[in-house]
Amino acid sequence: MAEIIETATGRVDPVSVDPVTLDLIENGLRNARYEMDEVLFRTALSPGIREQHDEFPLIGDPSGKMVVGQFGLSVPDFLDGFDGTIEEGDVLLTSDPYACGAAISHANDWLVVMPIFHEGRVVGWASMFGHMSDVGGKTPSSMPTDARTIYEEGVIIPPFKLYRKGELSRDALAIILNQVRMPDWNRADLNGLVAAVRTAGRRVTEMCDRFGTATYLSALDALLQRNYEAMRVLLAAVFEDGKTISFTDYICDDGVGNGPYELKLSLTRTGEKVHLDFTGSSPQAAGPVNYYINENLARMFFGIYMITVADPQILWNDGFYPLVDVTIPDGSYWKPRYPAALSGRNHGIGRVFDLFGGLLGQTNPALLNAAGFSSSPHFMYSGHYTSGERKGEWFQLYSIGFGGIPGRPLGDGPDGHSLWPSFVNIPCEYLESYYPLRIERWETIADTGGPGLNRGGNGVDVAYVFGEPGEIAIHDDRWLTYPWGVNGGHPGTRGTKWIDRADGSREVIPSKIHGFPVSEGDVLHFVTWGGGGWGDPLERGAGLVALEVRRGLVTVEGARRYGVVVADDGAVDSAATAALRERMRVGRPAELPVFDMGPPIEELLARCEEETGLPAPKRPVWEAE
Amino acid sequence: MSYRLGVDVGGTFTDVLLVEEGSGVTWRAKTASTPGDQAVGVLNGIGQVCAAAGIGLAEVGQVLHGTTIATNAILEGKGASVGLVTTKGFRQVLQIGRSYVPGGLAGWIIWPKPEPLAALENTVEVDERVGSDGTVIRQLDEKDVRVQLAKLAGAGVEALAVCLINSFAEPGHERRIAEIAAELLPGVPVSLSCDVLPELREYERTVTTVANGYVQPQVKKYVENLAGQLREGGVSGELAILRSDGGLSAAHSAIDAPVTLLLSGPAGGVTGAAWVAGQCGYRDFITFDMGGTSTDIALVRDLSPRIGRETEVGDLKVRASSVDVRTVGAGGGSIAHVPELTKALRVGPQSAGAAPGPAAYGKGGTEPTVTDANVVLGYLPSSLAGGEIALDPGAARTAVQSVADAIGLESAEAAAEGIIDIVNENMLGGLRLVSVQQGFDPRDFALVAFGGAGPLHANALAKLTGAWPVIVPPSPGVLCALGDATTSLRDESARTVLATFGDLGDGDLKAILNELAAEAGERLAGQGVDPADQTTSYQVDVRYHGQGFEIPIPVPGSATTLPELAALFDAEHERLFSFLLTVDHELVNARATVTGPLPTVGVVALPEGSGDPSAALAGTHRLHIGGKSVAAQIYDRGRLRAGDDVRGPAVVTEMDSTTLVLPGHHAVVHPSGSLLLNPLNAEEA
Repeated sequence: MAEIIETATGRVDPVSVDPVTLDLIENGLRNARYEMDEVLFRTALSPGIREQHDEFPLIGDPSGKMVVGQFGLSVPDFLDGFDGTIEEGDVLLTSDPYACGAAISHANDWLVVMPIFHEGRVVGWASMFGHMSDVGGKTPSSMPTDARTIYEEGVIIPPFKLYRKGELSRDALAIILNQVRMPDWNRADLNGLVAAVRTAGRRVTEMCDRFGTATYLSALDALLQRNYEAMRVLLAAVFEDGKTISFTDYICDDGVGNGPYELKLSLTRTGEKVHLDFTGSSPQAAGPVNYYINENLARMFFGIYMITVADPQILWNDGFYPLVDVTIPDGSYWKPRYPAALSGRNHGIGRVFDLFGGLLGQTNPALLNAAGFSSSPHFMYSGHYTSGERKGEWFQLYSIGFGGIPGRPLGDGPDGHSLWPSFVNIPCEYLESYYPLRIERWETIADTGGPGLNRGGNGVDVAYVFGEPGEIAIHDDRWLTYPWGVNGGHPGTRGTKWIDRADGSREVIPSKIHGFPVSEGDVLHFVTWGGGGWGDPLERGAGLVALEVRRGLVTVEGARRYGVVVADDGAVDSAATAALRERMRVGRPAELPVFDMGPPIEELLARCEEETGLPAPKRPVWEAE
Repeated sequence: MSYRLGVDVGGTFTDVLLVEEGSGVTWRAKTASTPGDQAVGVLNGIGQVCAAAGIGLAEVGQVLHGTTIATNAILEGKGASVGLVTTKGFRQVLQIGRSYVPGGLAGWIIWPKPEPLAALENTVEVDERVGSDGTVIRQLDEKDVRVQLAKLAGAGVEALAVCLINSFAEPGHERRIAEIAAELLPGVPVSLSCDVLPELREYERTVTTVANGYVQPQVKKYVENLAGQLREGGVSGELAILRSDGGLSAAHSAIDAPVTLLLSGPAGGVTGAAWVAGQCGYRDFITFDMGGTSTDIALVRDLSPRIGRETEVGDLKVRASSVDVRTVGAGGGSIAHVPELTKALRVGPQSAGAAPGPAAYGKGGTEPTVTDANVVLGYLPSSLAGGEIALDPGAARTAVQSVADAIGLESAEAAAEGIIDIVNENMLGGLRLVSVQQGFDPRDFALVAFGGAGPLHANALAKLTGAWPVIVPPSPGVLCALGDATTSLRDESARTVLATFGDLGDGDLKAILNELAAEAGERLAGQGVDPADQTTSYQVDVRYHGQGFEIPIPVPGSATTLPELAALFDAEHERLFSFLLTVDHELVNARATVTGPLPTVGVVALPEGSGDPSAALAGTHRLHIGGKSVAAQIYDRGRLRAGDDVRGPAVVTEMDSTTLVLPGHHAVVHPSGSLLLNPLNAEEA
C-alpha cells in the first residue's frame, strides 16, 4: 500500500459548487483529457500508438477514482500494489498486470501514474497507458501465440518510480530498454506518456488556481455524484427487478489448439444495484488469449453502453461504480491465475463489445446491434533486408486489421472500419515506403456483411506481397464462430487467411501464429470478418440492394439472400423479386429470431476442417476443484 | 489614381469596399446578397460604390474576391458528379477511408457514415502499378483504361478525378489517363492527384483530388460568369480570388485548383484582421469570429496567420494549405438544454440556425439560445441603433426561463448567465487549442473579435485568457472585404520527399526548394506578377524518423543547411512537447510559396474626438452582470470619434454587430476605427 507524503496539513472542507461552475470544471477536465491524447499521438514512434492510437488517458480525484477518461485504469488498485512512498515530482511506471489488479491487461501496455500536487497536497492523479509495439521476449512485437506463461511475453516492469521527485531513474530505464528490440520506439512513447500526464497535471493545478482547491475538489465529488444519480435512475428504468438476463459469445481458439472459449455474462438488478456476473465462462486458457479484466473496467464497459445514449456529453467517471457489483470467478478466462500468459487478449477486450451489446440489447431494442468487428487483429512482419542500401538492417511492422461494423438500428454498418475509437489504418503508400512489401489489393469483400434490413459492414481483403524473406505473426479470431445477426438479420462471414506462395502453392494460415516464414514474392491474403445484419433482409429496399450490386459491395448471387433478383443491366427485376421474396417468406418461421448465431458450436467443430481448412480446436473444460 | 475593390459575399449581405491606393480613402457599399446568382449582388455593389466615389468602372484596377461558392457546394452536397479512376485493387479507397470511426468507445453505434464524394458505382480501377520509389512495376494498360473510361462515359459524370497509388513519385500514368480521357470524355474537367496534391498517403490524396473535381464546375461557372459580367460592365481590371491560405489567386488559377478555395471566406476575415490589427500596432493576435452556428479561431504571429495543412469543411477533411482556423461548433444560435438524466446545463451542439432562429428573433423559435441569453441580460439591447432585426425580449425570457426551471436556478437571469458562461468556456477551449496547446501563451496576444456575436463575448474571453487588448474592427463584412483588398497574389508548389537527413546532402535540400520555387514562380508570373516583384518563402514538414506526425517548419532560405533545419525542428518539438529524441530527422514534404507585392493601401483616420464619448450616447439601459443589475450606457458606434473612451459597463452598437464592455473595462476608439478594450485596472491585464 502506497504511503503518500503531503507537505500541506489540514483538510480541505467541501464547499457547495454552483451548477455552472460544475459544468465549467467538467469541460476543463474533458479538454485536458483530449490534450493528453494529442500530446502522445503526435510524438509517439511505435506504430501501435502512432497509427492505431492504442492508448488510454485518465484524470482521477485524490483517491484515484476516475473523473475523466475512457477506461477505468484503476489507480486505487495500482496504489494498493505499490510498496513505498509517493511524493511530489514522482512518476510511476509498470507493465505488470498481476501487480496492479489488472489496471492494464498485458505486458505490452506500459502504465504511467503521476500524483498531481497543488500547494503541497494531492489534488488528483493523472495516468495513461499505451501499447508498446515491442517489449522484448521471444517474438517481434512480444505476443508469442504459443506462450503459456507471462515470462515468455517480454520484460515485465514492476511498479517503480521512473521519476523520483522529478529525477529520472536512468539506470532502471536503461535496464528496461535493453530488453526490447526497438528501444527508440519505447523511449519516445514513454516520453510522450510522461509529457501527457504532466500536461494533465498542469491543467488540474490551473483549475485549482482559477476556481480554488476546495471548489475544484468539491466539483469532482459532484461530478462523480452526477454519474451515480444518472445511473441509479437508468438502472431502475431499464432492468426488471429480480430478473436475470444472460448472453454468451466466444473466443474461437487460444493459439495452442483449444477452443472455443465461452464468455458468459449475466445481469440481475436487485433494488438499486445490479450484479454483473461472469460465472459460467470458460476456464483460463492455456495459450495467451486470457483477458484479465479489472472489476472497474467491467463496470466501465457496462456504463458506457448504458449512459452515452442518455447524455452523450456526460463526463465519464467512476461515480456510479457503487451501484454495480461484479463477480469474476478466479481461474476463469477473465481472471487467470498467475503466471498465465496474457499477451493475446485483444480478442477478449474487443469481444466485450459484442457481449455487452448482446446482453443489454435484450432489454432495450434501441441499443441492440448485431455483432461487429469486435477485435483488432494484429499483423506483424519482420526480418533483415538482404540486399540494397539497407542490407542487414532490421525491419519490424506492426499493424491492425479492420472489418465490418455491424448492422445497427441507425443503419448499415460501415465496410472495413474500426469498432475501436480513434484507430486508423496505415496507408498503403506509407507501408510501401517504409517496409519491403507491396499491397496488391485493399478492398472490402462483397457479401461478407450479414444481410439485414440494415446490412452488416463488409470485411476486408488486404493482399501483402513480401519483398524480403522474413517471418510473420498474426493474432486473429472469428474464424470459427460467426459474427451474429439480430432481429432477423443474418450473421456476417468469418475471417480467413492464406498465403499464395511464389512457387504457386496455397497454404491456409491459422488465426494465431508467429515465427511463420515467408519468402520474397509470397502473397498473404488477410481477410477479416463482416458485421452481422440487423433486421429482416427481405424488407431492405430492392433498389438499394441493386445499387450495392453495381457498387460491388454485394454480388448478384448475394442479392438473392435479400430476395432481390438483379438483372444483367444492374436493375431490379421487380416481378422476379416479388416472387422470390414471397417464396422465402413462406419458407421461414413466422417469427424471426432475435439472435442468429449461425450453426451450433458442435456443428461448427464437426465441419471445421472441411469449411476452414484448419483442424478443429479442443473444447476447454473446468478441472474439478 | 489607382483603385482596388474588395468583395465579400455573405449569407445576407454583399460587402464591397473600394480603396484608393494612394490615399487609402475607402468607400463602402452594402447590398443584399443574391443567392441565385451571386454575381448580380456583386455587380450591384460595385456599381453603387463606384457611383459613391464618383469614378467609372473602368478605373477599377483589380477586383479581389473572397467566395464561399466552393464551401457551399460541399456543405450543401451540390457539387459535380465525379468519376474516379484508381489503381487496380484500390477501387474502394474512399469507401474504406482510414477505417476511422469518430466518437468514444460506443461511437460506432451512433455514427452516420457520410457518402463518399465520388460514388463507388462511378469509380473504376485500371491495371498499372508504380512502386513507392517511382519505378514502374506494371505498365499502364491503355486498352483497359479505354474500357474503364467508357463505363463512365454513359454515367453522367461531370468531372473526373485520377489518383493512382504512388503517383506522387511518378505521375506518368496519371498524365496518360488524362490524355485518353480528353478523347473519351470530351469537355469533362480532369483533376490529377499528381497536380492537386503530390504527397504520400493515398486516401488523403484521393479525397483531395476528388474534392477538387467536385467543386470545380461550380467554381468555374461562377468565376467565369463574374469575370465576364465585370468585363461587360466596363471593369477593366483583373479578377482575383482569395485562397484558403489568405493569398490571392488569378481567376484562371483559381479555376484550376478550386480545392484551395474551400476556406476563402474565413481566410478573408483573418487577413482583414491582420490589416486592422497592424494599423492598431499589434502584430500578434488571436482571431475570434463568432457567428450564428459556429466560431472560427486562428492564431496570427507577426501579422502572418499560421498556415495549416488540412482544410475541414463539414464532414470533409482534405489536404490543402489553409489559414489554420479551428472551428468551435457553437455560436449565437446554439441551443441550451438540460438533459433530464444528469441535470447538467449543456449549450449546443444543436443550433437554431437561421430558421427558426433564436426565440428573440420572433420567427417561431422557442428554444433558448445564446442570443436569447444575451437579450435577457441586456447585452443585446432590444432597440438596436440601426439594428437589422427587432428583438423580442419577452420571448427570449420565456425560453431562458425553461432552463432555469429545469436546472433549479432562481431566475431567468441566473440561467442566462450560466448559458453565457458555458458557451464562453467552449470558446475558451477553442482559444486554448490554438494557443497553449501549440505552446503559445495567450497573454502575449491581442484578441481580434468579429462576426455577429464575437464582440459581445470577447471582453469575457479576454478576461479568461489574458489576451489584451480586445480589438473590435469596424463592421465584420468590411473586415473580410478589407482582407480581400489588402492581401497579395500567391502560389505554392509542394512535394513529398521522404528521406532521413542522414540520406540527404545539403545540396539536395537546396535543389528541391529551388525547383519548387521556380515552379510556383513561373505560375505566379503567368498571373502577371513580374519575377522581380516575387518573394519566396519555404516550409518543410519534418519529424523524427518513425513518428506519425510532421511539424511544419518555416525555412529561412533555400541555402539553409540540414543541421540548421534539425535545430529549428528540435526547438519547435521542445516548445510543443517539452522533450527531444536522438533519432534521425526525416524530411517528409517541402513547399515553396511565392508571393507578389503587398498593395500599398494608405491609412484613413477618424476625426479626433475629445475623449468624451457622450456625443455618441444613444440611451441608457440595465445590464445583468455577475448576479447584479447595473446601469449602462448604449453608444452608437458610427458617432464615436478617435480617442473617445467608453467606460464599462457599456454597449456599443452598430448595424451588424454589438460590443459589450464589462464593468472595470473600457473601450478606446483607435484612429483607424477599431475599438480597443482593456481592463481599467492594469493589474487585471
